[in-house]
Amino acid sequence: MTSLVVTAKDVVADGVVALTLARPDGGRLPDWTPGAHVDLTLGSGETRQYSLCGDRWDPSSYRVAVLREPDGRGGSRYVHDVLAVGDPVELGGPRNHFPLVPAPRYRFVAGGIGVTPLLPMIAAAEVLGADWSLLYGGRRRASMAFLDELPAGHATVVPQDEAGLLPLASWLGTVDDDTVVYACGPAPLLAAVEALVPAARLRTERFTTTEIAAPVRDTPFTVELARSGTTVTVDASVSVLEAMRREGATTLSSCERGTCGTCETTVLAGVPDHRDQVLADHERAAGDCMLPCVSRAATDHLVLDL
Amino acid sequence: MTAAEPLPVAAPAPDVPVSHVDPFSVDVLTDPLPFQAALRDAGPVQYLAAHDLYAMGRYAEVRAALTDWQRFCSSAGVGLSNFRREEPWRPPSLLLEADPPHHDAPRRVLSAILGPRALRRWRDRWFAAAVEHVDALLGTGGGPVEVDGMTALAEAFPLRVFPDAVGIAREGREHLLPYGEYLFNAFGPHNELVAAGAVEAGEHAAWVNGQCTRATLAAEGFGADIWAAADRGDLTAEQAPLVVRSLLSAGVDTTVHGLGWVLHGMATHPDQWALYRSDDSRRRVCFDEAVRWGSPVQTFFRTAEVDVPVGDTVVPEGSKILLYLGSANHDPRHWDAPERFDLRRDPSGHVGFGFGLHQCVGQHVARLEADALLAALADRVERIEPAGEPVRRANNTMREWASLPLRLHPR
Ligand code: FES
Repeated sequence: MTSLVVTAKDVVADGVVALTLARPDGGRLPDWTPGAHVDLTLGSGETRQYSLCGDRWDPSSYRVAVLREPDGRGGSRYVHDVLAVGDPVELGGPRNHFPLVPAPRYRFVAGGIGVTPLLPMIAAAEVLGADWSLLYGGRRRASMAFLDELPAGHATVVPQDEAGLLPLASWLGTVDDDTVVYACGPAPLLAAVEALVPAARLRTERFTTTEIAAPVRDTPFTVELARSGTTVTVDASVSVLEAMRREGATTLSSCERGTCGTCETTVLAGVPDHRDQVLADHERAAGDCMLPCVSRAATDHLVLDL
Repeated sequence: MTAAEPLPVAAPAPDVPVSHVDPFSVDVLTDPLPFQAALRDAGPVQYLAAHDLYAMGRYAEVRAALTDWQRFCSSAGVGLSNFRREEPWRPPSLLLEADPPHHDAPRRVLSAILGPRALRRWRDRWFAAAVEHVDALLGTGGGPVEVDGMTALAEAFPLRVFPDAVGIAREGREHLLPYGEYLFNAFGPHNELVAAGAVEAGEHAAWVNGQCTRATLAAEGFGADIWAAADRGDLTAEQAPLVVRSLLSAGVDTTVHGLGWVLHGMATHPDQWALYRSDDSRRRVCFDEAVRWGSPVQTFFRTAEVDVPVGDTVVPEGSKILLYLGSANHDPRHWDAPERFDLRRDPSGHVGFGFGLHQCVGQHVARLEADALLAALADRVERIEPAGEPVRRANNTMREWASLPLRLHPR
């Protein structure tokens, strides 16, 4: 697991803080693509997913934005009220379920904090020379983050207290075959977009704060190498791959960042805690393989086919 | 420009060691290790006056540069030619010769199609094909058999399974190897190797391009998967044939020469073949150790996006930089006895497949082909020994064997 530190914490709108994260040594972070999210395990012990909303051309920092949710489970309150510059944060990912597909024209629809994954997409669309526009709604102008970062002339900003609900139907018009619509925000907004846009032309991400199902443990666990019969204890300071290497097991690896798939290992027993970017959701759920360069155990014991 | 005008004099950055050796001369190409050692010993970066070019040969710097796509860009070409000044000989690759964000979608699509889990459906077929292939080669006599390891194994086996897996036509497959051979020469300078291939390059390229359309590809295979991704909107219809082309460009010769190095390693290190046959745990590293040791892809280039400090000097913006993968894989600063082909070694982290964003997306395919062929050989062949002098072929990018006379002793 990679440890990061908070290097900046800025209020970017009413109820929204942006965190800047870096490695303690300032080194290079794993690459990511627009739409990607990271899993962050905070000092409170909770793991939450946040969209990356910074600049991918900066290899040494990540930016995420966190909305204060008074009714939430406490993760956002912890970020707002307790987490401070210099505090450690554990990183999982990045992974991308919301990738930008190539198209001549993009229409981006954001509801509130749902603007975050769209910011790097907008930056990409600019570089690609694609035609793009953004419809961005929020409760009040002061609660809408990153307004100052939107390139002029492409964004329609609709604070609800000034202008009412998003004029989705008129703004979208007819969505032609050259257009892909990206929408991120609360469920009612996505439902409204889904009613207007053919499924093939629409990509959505629900903005939710669900916790990750697998418990992410920081207590040591044991890994049994079935073929050699040895057992290794893995504590928070090492990866499963490193721990196995110390026992003399050779597992071919390459990226050691959970991106290339080279270290894939068959799991015979126990439940892996997947932290890689390679496996699809159904492959994770199957639990019969893992990428030990980054992935860990959700159970006390793992048995690997090595 | 007329002959009377002086050529612009390329001035290297101050404090950079300069070499006047041409790394693309046939002598260096066929025996690159002494040049690599001199390059590494000169420092983290050297200026190669022959081509107005910077070169890195040490493991740490090569790996760091491969990872740092922000400052070492690929879209200006990953050969010597600078696409910002020269017209590329073919439309640039959407993978190899592209930077983010253009690179994102093609890479994402191909990584999924060529990932280890997606390949499982080919595993049994390829293992069975390898058994058939090796059985036919050994015949029924029971005695030792002499073959050219390059044509009979390293070329024949990938050509038997890979084009079928892509789903291209049977007719015309003889274009594949010379197309790759030319492509890898064309990453270098316009020397006699490029000139020799140029005559027929257009014909090979036209055939390859013709294989990439939806209409010509089989209903099952990597090619069909790529077109299915286009149907889902993950690629455009204009990108799909170029992504198929990437498979045919990068997926044949590389595997062929990787296999060539495994076979040469086994023939010259009989103890390693015995180890491979007796110890299952060494099988997984075997192909990668051969790729490290032989480094079939020796070099790729990047272009400095900004002034980049390296060692005591600064590589100026716009410069071409040769990243010597083969040299990094032989850097004694990183590897113990790098010249030894040794299955006991953990070759993890070698840069023979590149590294970072552009790391070979087909590496799992190549490993699976190698695993299939080697497993079939291991079951049936007790000893592999040289049956004559191996013959080198010079290529501007690849370190190749033209011929590997081998004697296979059935068990
Ligand atoms: S080494 Fe690349 S995924 Fe583990």
